Amino acid sequence: MELHQLTIHELQKLIRSKEVNSSEIVKSVFKRIDAVEGSVHAYITLMKEHAFEEAAKADRCIREGNIRALTGIPVALKDIVCTKGFLTTCGSRILHNFIPPYDATVVDKLKEAGAVFTGKTNMDEFAMGSSTETSYFGITKNPWALDRIPGGSSGGSAAAVAADECIASIGSDTGGSIRQPAALCGVVGMKPTYGRVSRYGLIAFASSLDQIGPFTKDVEDCAIMMNVIAGHDPRESTSVPLDVPDYTAFLSRGIDSFKVGIPKEYFIEGIDPEITEAMRGAMKAIEGLGATCVEISLPHTEYCLAVYYIIAPAEASSNLARYDGVKYGFRADDCKGLLDMYKKTRSAGFGAEVKRRIMIGTYALSSGYYDAYYKKASQVRALIKRDFEEAWKHCDVILTPTTPTPAFKIGEKMDDPLQMYLSDIFTISTNLAGIPGISVPCGFTRQGLPIGAQFLAGHFEEGKLIQIGAAFEKHANAKQRRPNL
Amino acid sequence: MAYEPVIGLEIHAQLLTKSKIFCSCSTLFGAEPNSHTCAICMGMPGVLPVLNRTVVEYTIKMALATNCAINESCNFARKNYFYPDLPKGYQISQYAQPLSEHGYVDIEQNEGRKRIGITRIHMEEDAGKMIHDEHMPSSYIDLNRTGVPLIEIVSEPDMRSSEEASAYLKRLHEILVYLEICDGNMEEGSFRCDANVSIRPRGENAFGTRTELKNMNSFRNVQRALDYEIKRQQYILESGQAVIQETRLWDDSQGVTLSMRGKEEAHDYRYFPDPDLVPIVIDESWVAEVRKNLPELPLEKRERFMRDYQLPSYDAGVLTSSRVLADYFENVANLSGKPKAASNWVMGDILRFLNEEKREIKECPILPQSLAEMIQLIENGTISGKMAKDIIEEMYRTGKPPKTVIEEKGMVQITDEAALAKTIAGVLAANTAQVEQYRGGKEKLFGYFVGQVMKATKGKANPQLINDLLKKMLTAS
Amino acid sequence: MKITKEEVEYVAHLARLDFSEEEKVKFTSQLNDILMYMDKLNEADTAGIEPMSHAIALQNAFREDTVKDSLSHELSLSNAPEARGPFFRVPKVIE
Repeated sequence: MELHQLTIHELQKLIRSKEVNSSEIVKSVFKRIDAVEGSVHAYITLMKEHAFEEAAKADRCIREGNIRALTGIPVALKDIVCTKGFLTTCGSRILHNFIPPYDATVVDKLKEAGAVFTGKTNMDEFAMGSSTETSYFGITKNPWALDRIPGGSSGGSAAAVAADECIASIGSDTGGSIRQPAALCGVVGMKPTYGRVSRYGLIAFASSLDQIGPFTKDVEDCAIMMNVIAGHDPRESTSVPLDVPDYTAFLSRGIDSFKVGIPKEYFIEGIDPEITEAMRGAMKAIEGLGATCVEISLPHTEYCLAVYYIIAPAEASSNLARYDGVKYGFRADDCKGLLDMYKKTRSAGFGAEVKRRIMIGTYALSSGYYDAYYKKASQVRALIKRDFEEAWKHCDVILTPTTPTPAFKIGEKMDDPLQMYLSDIFTISTNLAGIPGISVPCGFTRQGLPIGAQFLAGHFEEGKLIQIGAAFEKHANAKQRRPNL
Repeated sequence: MAYEPVIGLEIHAQLLTKSKIFCSCSTLFGAEPNSHTCAICMGMPGVLPVLNRTVVEYTIKMALATNCAINESCNFARKNYFYPDLPKGYQISQYAQPLSEHGYVDIEQNEGRKRIGITRIHMEEDAGKMIHDEHMPSSYIDLNRTGVPLIEIVSEPDMRSSEEASAYLKRLHEILVYLEICDGNMEEGSFRCDANVSIRPRGENAFGTRTELKNMNSFRNVQRALDYEIKRQQYILESGQAVIQETRLWDDSQGVTLSMRGKEEAHDYRYFPDPDLVPIVIDESWVAEVRKNLPELPLEKRERFMRDYQLPSYDAGVLTSSRVLADYFENVANLSGKPKAASNWVMGDILRFLNEEKREIKECPILPQSLAEMIQLIENGTISGKMAKDIIEEMYRTGKPPKTVIEEKGMVQITDEAALAKTIAGVLAANTAQVEQYRGGKEKLFGYFVGQVMKATKGKANPQLINDLLKKMLTAS
Repeated sequence: MKITKEEVEYVAHLARLDFSEEEKVKFTSQLNDILMYMDKLNEADTAGIEPMSHAIALQNAFREDTVKDSLSHELSLSNAPEARGPFFRVPKVIE
């Protein structure tokens, strides 16, 4: 095994025993990046020089015995979190040259824990997409099959972990943007409860749905990352002022008396049969671990997609109004007056999918349509949240497939927005209800494409997800595979 | 036909908080452009707003002072529109759920008191400033003002003349300044007023088509603009045309309102609740806390001054025009025990001195104790009212207490009866002809003798004593 | 038809976007498909349901009224596409 292939907890052991230092790990990771980045294209910006400087600092800390949760560990950041002094593009031409004057809270926390940043990863423009194909900076490939998409919008962060181009990474999830690419790339991805991880410095897509979370190689690393990034932030009004438990304490608790809800509405037509088969296997495995599977109902599931594709674009249409060519970012040339400058800048600065969603959102909020669209969607959203509250009376966690299909081919769904939107069908209800969810690898298709199992829990019950995820992965990862790059 | 104007005002008042509404930048006016700015108020990608608690507190104050009901729960909404002085592309304001509603203030008119309804008071953020280049096709943007807290006070269309509008505007201004939540500076834009005006035939209940007037940056201009606009609309209606609903700008130099003609967008602000901010729940204990610390308001104070100090309405009005002045007067009145004399001195000499130098009462060199002392010295006859006129000027110039001034100038009033009788005897001896005439029945001459005695004593004699002695000595012999 | 080409043009103007004729036709058709799909919501019974604007119900998140350092105007303007002196610069509104 090479250092870049290891997990956080494996590397920590080696660091603590002084067998390796951060510089060696960072060197190994950048060697791997040099080897595979050309074919995967997980990153928009690499922070190589900075990473080696930070590794040297980490090594001093290690020598002094000052070892924190992530000291010396190479971590990649989705290019949606602001990094002071480093390009932050959000995958868009309109921010192609934007250098934030401040760090996101999550960046502060990772730095504080000793992490070494490798770079900023590729993503769908403004996190709007399920394939990372809408990035202004090119397409990221799925490390398991280079002609396929890695999922999205955090495709770069998922691919970077899957391809060992970092040890762990940060993504953001508005409707599945962590869990879906984690499933398609065969890694662990968690979307925490809304308000658990600070959004300060996360470039907003849909403010009431956005949440930052980690990509890791296993559930133990997920718990370690969550310990670092979770917690109240006075800079965010929607940050929840609750204490955060030690998530690693849940790793070995087992799921002996767990009731696992299987929502009948999630096992619908159109799911790839291999995914259905994998789910059956997962249920069996879970029962083998001592839990009971019970059928539950989430009756408003059929409305999730429609609710999501009103609320998210509505909020986005407002959040993206600030990109106007005045204060930062791209401005079009040869403008005749202010209005022309606005229109040329925004039309040339945003890609097709972003413009499509701005249009939907602007329409849904416009005079005469607000009640029919935004208000109605917000009401149905309340019903969807209520479905989950009802469900927790019958189960501890819920199990669903993360995605209806494995990774699809590059270009396959680019011209059919509705089909593309359907790939989020199992993940968006989580964001609407604000609950946490995790995607854990659950085997492979016969073609060798990863499949993900999604576990959901009630608000602030990430611990339960760590608990069942850890128990489940021990079973599912019995035969560890790595992408052949 | 006789027309009746219908006027409603929208007032924006900048709150006197130290920091902005959603970030920690300073609100101070006049800094170098774009230096009171941070990632948050500049609308950088990824930033989030956190509400300044004091903004809520000040708004509750204003709501209580204007008899508004405070909503148990309110929230912020985004008002979406593009303009370069609005860095996020939306203004954070309150829409469906404002902090307070359904209030009123009373204004005083010649015909008596009139109640003007307040529709709502809500919190919002101010926008930045645009400076237009005269010579180049460019505009410049300063975002220092972006995010300064504002309250918007919307009145009912209850005013029926520019005088009423002006009285209402002054009343709100006075309350805001009294509460110390706004400095009320119209020129610097910390107190701004837009007006909605329509006219209708007197006796008609339906409203006419209204225009919105903007850009009136003084009390005088508000009244001038309203007067102009009322006449303009009247002319239009009388010539058989229709008033167009539009926004018009007051042009101070020409003294007219001008149409913005098409520069306005059709308004479609796409309001929706701001997902980045959480509801504000104001419980009774918070309201009670604010109420407890509410100062006495101008109208209450005016009434109390009239009642407790027996002041005429005019005096009470002048003395309560600012909280500091009212406090000054009350100190003098209470320390001297002579409210009417205190009122006369404050309204007369003190305000005149200050006005001449364009100074504020808080800068007055005469301390209330000193003025009270001076009033007492007049009362107990140590000095005459005439001497006091000179003494107070010296006190204002030097800031010294009256006794020091009196000592330095040797200005103590002559109250020694024997000494004064001697002076009077001298005056009578030098004016024998007049004494004869007086005794012959020309009693008008009494004033002449008083004047002569005052002259002889350089004004230092106690006038009462002069009167008594003179009478006695003239009728004697 | 849920949305006409004229409405697409109006919404595009509100959002300060410009589209070519070809794009307008394509967008109109795509938006129609998406909005037709949204009609599904009309099936849901929402009588008496309060619209939900936050996933987690919090209230009264405040900061104290204290001043902290602002950015220098150099840093404030460092990303500006066009600046002059201490100001951002934009083209004038054409009347």
